[in-house]
Amino acid sequence: MKRTMAMSLMLTGALLLAACHGKSAVKEQPTAATAVPANPAATTGGTGSGGTSMTPLGADTPAQLAALAQSGNDAPLDERTIYFDFDKSEIKSQYDGIVTNYAKTLSAHPGLKVRLEGNTDDRGSREYNIGLGERRAQAVRQALMLQGVADSQITTVSYGAERPAVEGNDETAWAKNRRVDLVYQP
Amino acid sequence: MNDQLVSRFLWMVLLVGATLATPVHAEFVVQITRGQDTAIPIAVVPFSIPPGASPFDLAALVGRDLDGSGRFKSMSRRDMIDQPHSGAEIVFDDWKRLSSDYILVGSESVPAPDRYDVNFELYNVLTHQRLLGYQIHTDTAGLRLAGHQIADQVFKAVLGIRGAFATRIAYILVLGQVPHRTYQLIVADADGEDPHVVMQSSQPLMSPAWSPDGQKLAYVSFEDKLPSIYVQTLKNGARVRVSASAGVNQAPAWSPDGRELAVTLSNRAGNLDIYLLDLATRALTRVTHDPGIDTEPQWSLDGRSLYFTSDRDGGPQIFEKSLRLGSRGARRISFQDSYNARPRLSPDGTHLAVVTGVGGAYRIATLDLAHNGDMQVLTHGRSDESPSYAPNGAEIIYATHVGGRGVLALVSTDGRVQQTLASPEGEVQEPVWGPFGSE
Repeated sequence: MKRTMAMSLMLTGALLLAACHGKSAVKEQPTAATAVPANPAATTGGTGSGGTSMTPLGADTPAQLAALAQSGNDAPLDERTIYFDFDKSEIKSQYDGIVTNYAKTLSAHPGLKVRLEGNTDDRGSREYNIGLGERRAQAVRQALMLQGVADSQITTVSYGAERPAVEGNDETAWAKNRRVDLVYQP
Repeated sequence: MNDQLVSRFLWMVLLVGATLATPVHAEFVVQITRGQDTAIPIAVVPFSIPPGASPFDLAALVGRDLDGSGRFKSMSRRDMIDQPHSGAEIVFDDWKRLSSDYILVGSESVPAPDRYDVNFELYNVLTHQRLLGYQIHTDTAGLRLAGHQIADQVFKAVLGIRGAFATRIAYILVLGQVPHRTYQLIVADADGEDPHVVMQSSQPLMSPAWSPDGQKLAYVSFEDKLPSIYVQTLKNGARVRVSASAGVNQAPAWSPDGRELAVTLSNRAGNLDIYLLDLATRALTRVTHDPGIDTEPQWSLDGRSLYFTSDRDGGPQIFEKSLRLGSRGARRISFQDSYNARPRLSPDGTHLAVVTGVGGAYRIATLDLAHNGDMQVLTHGRSDESPSYAPNGAEIIYATHVGGRGVLALVSTDGRVQQTLASPEGEVQEPVWGPFGSE
């Protein structure tokens, strides 16, 4: 199985992920009077610091989790994306394999988390599409939990039509954009 | 009256000059795709400009504004046999022969460095009656706003409708190709000119909403890789994150008194419902209680009920719910077509502009609240979205696709006049028209 960890990858994986998690959200505008938004990413979502922590014996180390996440997220797109029919949130049976794979990995590594990113094509109303994207992410969440994944390992986010996988205004592009991306988080 | 008007102008000029920064160099290309054959002919004569003054062509801007409304047709300068700059210089018979119903003349003087006095007069060519005569005091940076204000005055004097040329719009501009997109929140003049970036992110920005006083924008930002709602003061750029609940934080809509936002939040199971967020106390009050998607809230004029989108009956439709304590049920108000979403109330409260699904295409329609939700489809695109009324109710701005690219478009509320404003780059999304008098 390709998601078994290679020790040599562990450290670089962790470093890469750390780099990816840097503040990338807001570019400051070099202007005088306008909104030069401060970057709130710096104060949120960080890991706790100081103090001590306790880990169950035999659990994955942070570096192991990072490598596991990295290798899963580097898998080909069709192994980490579930596509949906227009205006639908049912998972088609052809994607059962992906769900089972993720469920197995997550169950075997309780320290590993997955982020389910729901997306739609860009037709119709943008805010309503946020609802549709959330519904798709929730469908995948339910499927993972049915196969034994703990709720605490799953987060969902809906991007609606705002983060398409491909550009374009035809059915080929729309079909590639109606999707849930499964993203491991160490 | 004259003094009062002028001082108001001056104040607006100063404020707008100080408010915005980060100019974006962009010339919008206006294309009128459907015109009105009853457009009123008007001659907008070039204003006299003294030596050493800014060459900014005020009259051209006024003419563009009036033409862009579809209700006027300004005379080509080539056809002008004379260029009067005041009422005394007008030979009315000449302009009558040129079939012009109205004539606007004006002159600039420069009483001090970077100070402008702009005189303008509007005459009825047939009756020789003077309809307008004002002086505007401004500076070089304020000339553009002065032009929009002159167009507003002409619009009002001839049509009896308050002009909305001197107002602003906000929209999202997406630059670059996936996966390297940049999302910008832009504030521009109502004609799309003078755009300024007020927020920029590598993650999506959505759903800008003007505060009732025009001083702030609420919007959704994914800058933390999760959606949050921010309120940003335009004057100084100060930002406050007002909603970052677990799950969805979307679709902010200001209450008429500016004290609350209606927002869409979700529970752990991903069910979207509408809540009221008190901006002073941050207290939340839940409004909808339905397992379907409830979102896109919009306040009634009196602030006592919300219009919103819900798919509780299957596809998305428009509902209204009273905010009175103990009020439970919501009333469905859209019945035509299987897809109706994103309701936006007209300034007089009589209609909702919506996105309606028509045979696989998405278009802008108006829904008549007084007549059982009767709908009129106004646009003809494949994927028109995000309608927003001008504060005078005469036009609706929305986003459409031309050549596969998202651009701004305008349609008159009677559907007879349509135009697109093509920005030079990027994909325009979610235009929202600001209120009158953002001073």
